[in-house]
Amino acid sequence: MSVALVIVSHSAQLAAGVVELAAQMAPDVVLIAAGGMDDGGIGTSLEKVMSALGLADTGDGAVVLTDLGSAVMTAEAAWEFLGSPETVLLANAPLVEGSIAAAVTAQSGASLAAVCSAAETALQAPAAAPDPGENTPAAVTEQAEDSVTAVLTLINPMGLHARPAAVLAGVLGAMDVEIEINGADAQSVMMLMTLGAAQGDELQVSATGPDAKRAVELVRTEVAAGFGEL
Amino acid sequence: MVNTTLDVTWAIDWLRKSAAVVAEHRMALIELDRAIGDGDHGENLDRGFSAILEKLDAEAPATPGTAFKLAAMTLMSKVGGAAGPLYGTAYLRAATAVGDAVELDAATLVAALTAARDGVVARGKAEAGEKTMIDAWTPAVDAATAAADSGAAPAEVLAAAATAAEVGAVATEPLIARKGRASYLGERAIGHRDPGAESSALILRAAAQAAGVEA
Repeated sequence: MSVALVIVSHSAQLAAGVVELAAQMAPDVVLIAAGGMDDGGIGTSLEKVMSALGLADTGDGAVVLTDLGSAVMTAEAAWEFLGSPETVLLANAPLVEGSIAAAVTAQSGASLAAVCSAAETALQAPAAAPDPGENTPAAVTEQAEDSVTAVLTLINPMGLHARPAAVLAGVLGAMDVEIEINGADAQSVMMLMTLGAAQGDELQVSATGPDAKRAVELVRTEVAAGFGEL
Repeated sequence: MVNTTLDVTWAIDWLRKSAAVVAEHRMALIELDRAIGDGDHGENLDRGFSAILEKLDAEAPATPGTAFKLAAMTLMSKVGGAAGPLYGTAYLRAATAVGDAVELDAATLVAALTAARDGVVARGKAEAGEKTMIDAWTPAVDAATAAADSGAAPAEVLAAAATAAEVGAVATEPLIARKGRASYLGERAIGHRDPGAESSALILRAAAQAAGVEA
């Protein structure tokens, strides 16, 4: 199993929409919407949040994401009602970006703390992209300290959009590797998406760690296959 | 002093009187909130306390603590706005403070009011002077503590708390809001009473009235 997510919003439609969006990238993660009031009105309901936490209790813990002020307070109150369990974390994160980042991280089998952290760092800007001036051949080169690099060219029409970003971040997230693409953490779907890499753009991949070679080869295979979108 | 024993009958009567006074002041609270917030405070609280009335009919709590817990669950589930978790936490912490007590003496009452106030502070992360519910609750707790220390009966402690809360609510008028939606208004919030402080004063007055103290 994986860490589950509970999405708390003032609006039932908004919570359901966030779940729909996140589910595309994390098909195996339990995602529960707790939006709106019992009568369908705008607001947050303790009962709805507590029942969602019950449904999300898969044994691996749950991260709760919230929208505005009273949603945060309702989530905190629900947590207090349940006896402040250590298996439930409340993420201080933007609802949409945080939910996507958390869902993809959960899909990779990461720990409760890692899923919460992925949500809370979802808006951090990626490191500055490397100087695009130099044109190195598309080859894997072994460097000092088992660093593996590659320069790849995106060939699929949509570029590195949400779905392929989720695929890469998901698979890479499960590997023992530090890997960056154009300076962005390639284990973070949000970081990859903020690159806005389009068809024809170059990706400079750099990885270290025990799985570095396997990770870079995986990125190469996915990019060469156009992420299955050709 | 008709009913000076703070038992479950008092607790239920307090909740019923709160529902009545919130319904009566529904429009006034809406207008206060419309001036500096989103205008839903009166409607939200009225919905929450109406739901408490239905629950009281169905469940008949046996102690003040269970009555407070019923109020906490219902307000947090039915109010919708920020008042739900804030008042809900207040009643929840009060329920914990009184435990299984069948009747509240002055010291237990002060402990419950203090726990309720601390719950609002923890949940809302507000401090005194920020134009919020706290500006009614903190003077109420201080007055209740002083009254209990001087040997006042529980009903008199409640009366002191209610009066201090009313003064505190009026005193929010010249303040600039630092929390909630009113904080976006800056100096334009000056001159308007905080609706949460006002409803807190109404509800604390209802507690005193349920104990037989006429306002």
